[in-house]
Amino acid sequence: MKQVNVKINGIPVTVDAGTRILDAAKKAGVNIPTLCYLKDVTNEGSCRMCVVEVAGAKNLVTSCFATVREGMEVFTNTPKVIASRKTTLELILSNHDQKCLSCVRSTNCELQKLALEYGCDSYKYQGEKNSYPIQDKNPYLIRDNNKCILCRRCVAVCNKVQSVNAIGANNRGFKTEIGSVFGHDLADTGCVACGQCIKACPVGALYEKDDTDQVMKAILDPEKFVIVGTAPAVRVGVGEEFGYPIGTDVEGKMVTALRRLGFDKVFDVNMTADLTIMEEGTELLERLNDPNAKLPMLTSCSPGWINFIETFYPDLLGNLSSCKSPQQMFGAVMKTYYAEKMGIDPAKMVVVTVMPCTAKKTEVIRDHQNASGYPDVDITITTREFARLLRRQSIDLRNLEDGMFDDPLGQSSSAGHLFCATGGVMEAALRTVASIVNGKNLEKLDFKGVRGMDGIKEATVNLNDGRKIRVAVAHSLSNARKLMDQIRAGKSKYQFIEIMACPGGCINGGGQPIVPSQVLNNVDVRALRAKAVYDRDKKAAIRQSHENPVMKVLYDEYFGKPNSHKAHKILHTEYKPQNKL
Amino acid sequence: MSYQFIDTPEQKKKLDKVFVELKGVPGSLMKAMQKAQDIYGYLPIEIMQRIATACNVPVEEVYGIATFYAQFNIEPMGKYKVGICLGTACYVKGSGVILDKIKERLHIEPGHTTEDMKFTLEATRCIGCCGLAPVMTINGEVHGNLKPEDLDTIFAKYGA
Repeated sequence: MKQVNVKINGIPVTVDAGTRILDAAKKAGVNIPTLCYLKDVTNEGSCRMCVVEVAGAKNLVTSCFATVREGMEVFTNTPKVIASRKTTLELILSNHDQKCLSCVRSTNCELQKLALEYGCDSYKYQGEKNSYPIQDKNPYLIRDNNKCILCRRCVAVCNKVQSVNAIGANNRGFKTEIGSVFGHDLADTGCVACGQCIKACPVGALYEKDDTDQVMKAILDPEKFVIVGTAPAVRVGVGEEFGYPIGTDVEGKMVTALRRLGFDKVFDVNMTADLTIMEEGTELLERLNDPNAKLPMLTSCSPGWINFIETFYPDLLGNLSSCKSPQQMFGAVMKTYYAEKMGIDPAKMVVVTVMPCTAKKTEVIRDHQNASGYPDVDITITTREFARLLRRQSIDLRNLEDGMFDDPLGQSSSAGHLFCATGGVMEAALRTVASIVNGKNLEKLDFKGVRGMDGIKEATVNLNDGRKIRVAVAHSLSNARKLMDQIRAGKSKYQFIEIMACPGGCINGGGQPIVPSQVLNNVDVRALRAKAVYDRDKKAAIRQSHENPVMKVLYDEYFGKPNSHKAHKILHTEYKPQNKL
Repeated sequence: MSYQFIDTPEQKKKLDKVFVELKGVPGSLMKAMQKAQDIYGYLPIEIMQRIATACNVPVEEVYGIATFYAQFNIEPMGKYKVGICLGTACYVKGSGVILDKIKERLHIEPGHTTEDMKFTLEATRCIGCCGLAPVMTINGEVHGNLKPEDLDTIFAKYGA
């Protein structure tokens, strides 16, 4: 590639032709503030925060959009630039409700941070303000356009990354508003509840429905037996809320924190991820042996993905594994097997899950998710809500000793833990399927071909009995769409496909801690969190789901064998098309 | 306010024909929206959905365009289209006050239609009759040198 020489604030730097000024500045060690720019997602140039002076140019230039040319001299911090950014911020603030004290994003808001840095007068421009009703008629997400700065990051994520197109910019000029067709709530649109828009939002215009009060109410009710289960991704995310570097595994402290909150039992959803592998792996083998079965089989543990396929590809529901997600299997096992074993009335049991996910809030209220006659899971909170709850209860994660999940259901394999990273369900399934197909253990457990952050990954896998299967893994729904279009056209060459709705998988789920764009634009948060997951797998004693001793207990004492009639009744579910705008 | 959308077989046939003509033509979304509005007078959600499917774009994109450009109506138009000019000359001569009076009379904001489908109110830019300021048009008929007290007589002619 052709190289060009430029100077940023007098610092010479050589970069590829076509590089954005913003990135060239980064190479020179110069930071330029941004608001609307999100690496690999959007560079609309709409917010004007990243403006710089270019020698010879009459006007300021948006550095997230403009590219370098040979000999270009850029100045990023001149009085003219600073004044422009300050005015831009003050104009944004003039149409912003400024309710920072009660905002869920306070201290973690990109606008607040910049306004402070630039010494803005928040009331400099007093004039007409838009006033919008808060949109909250769905169980997972709230949109407060009184805080929206029209950066369109949420729109770009919804449209480009997820290909869902539930939201867009409507109306014009001062009345421009981000929302859905005819002002409908997201619940009426094709929104899949993935929550990626929340993570993209630089301010507090988008946030999850908070269910933390319900959790405390259950804990404080002496009549209730309250069980909590945690998703694999939570332990590699929640530390960030308490100042740990991205990608720190805080499982032990997390367990202690949950116990201190007052839960009666603290279990791990990784255990039912193992159970999912037993059921889903067996289902896959049955389908492979049945000439009439629908292939490729599609994984079913990501509720955002389930909403997506039910809305956009209802004709392919037959390809979906009938297995409930690990979260729902967790609740189902608690309220059936565990309730019976402990002699607890499932009516008095409250199952709470901590999830990296906003779509889980739609999953807990789905049909066919009540094996005991009561909802499998009663309340689900995101990693962010969990951190909020800890702070409110004055529990500082950093000062806690490590704890262990409760016996006897607290044990899990590291295969179950892999569920939270893209490719992880596939790898866990292959480890078990390839072994149980003829009872011989695999020599090598690592399936590196399905790891990593490529949008679509594929591999050919030798089952232990000489058969080969072709598998694919996709994360982000725009990638899922490509694989679904292949199936629809009859051109899919795979037997098994793993889909996770969120980019990178659950580690980067819509309920995970929010990372500001200034960090997102520089490091791959997904890869850092995934590394913590694979590091745990490397060191684990039990690395295959079928070797988890809890599985033997569950099948011997209760379910008989995978995909038995009883297992089907309790651990599997049904799907139906969703008819949306 | 909600309106019932009525789709006659003739209208449906006409729109289908538009879709056939525009099939595969790049950048035909605006054209399809304009033709659809010619047929139905406005763009209800049912029609936006059909346009979205035909042009293979998300319905939110159709809605975003329809609400961006003043040429598109997303509500049905009333029998009489009342335009009150808010151009500089008319505004200086008091058209703002007259607009408020009309809003009170019809119980609607500009851009909307009365529930009985009789009047659609629009606040317009300069319509070039500055000599007659302030002016109002009703279905193209110009009423100039308006005073608030004239409104009773004028609207009486249109049955309101």
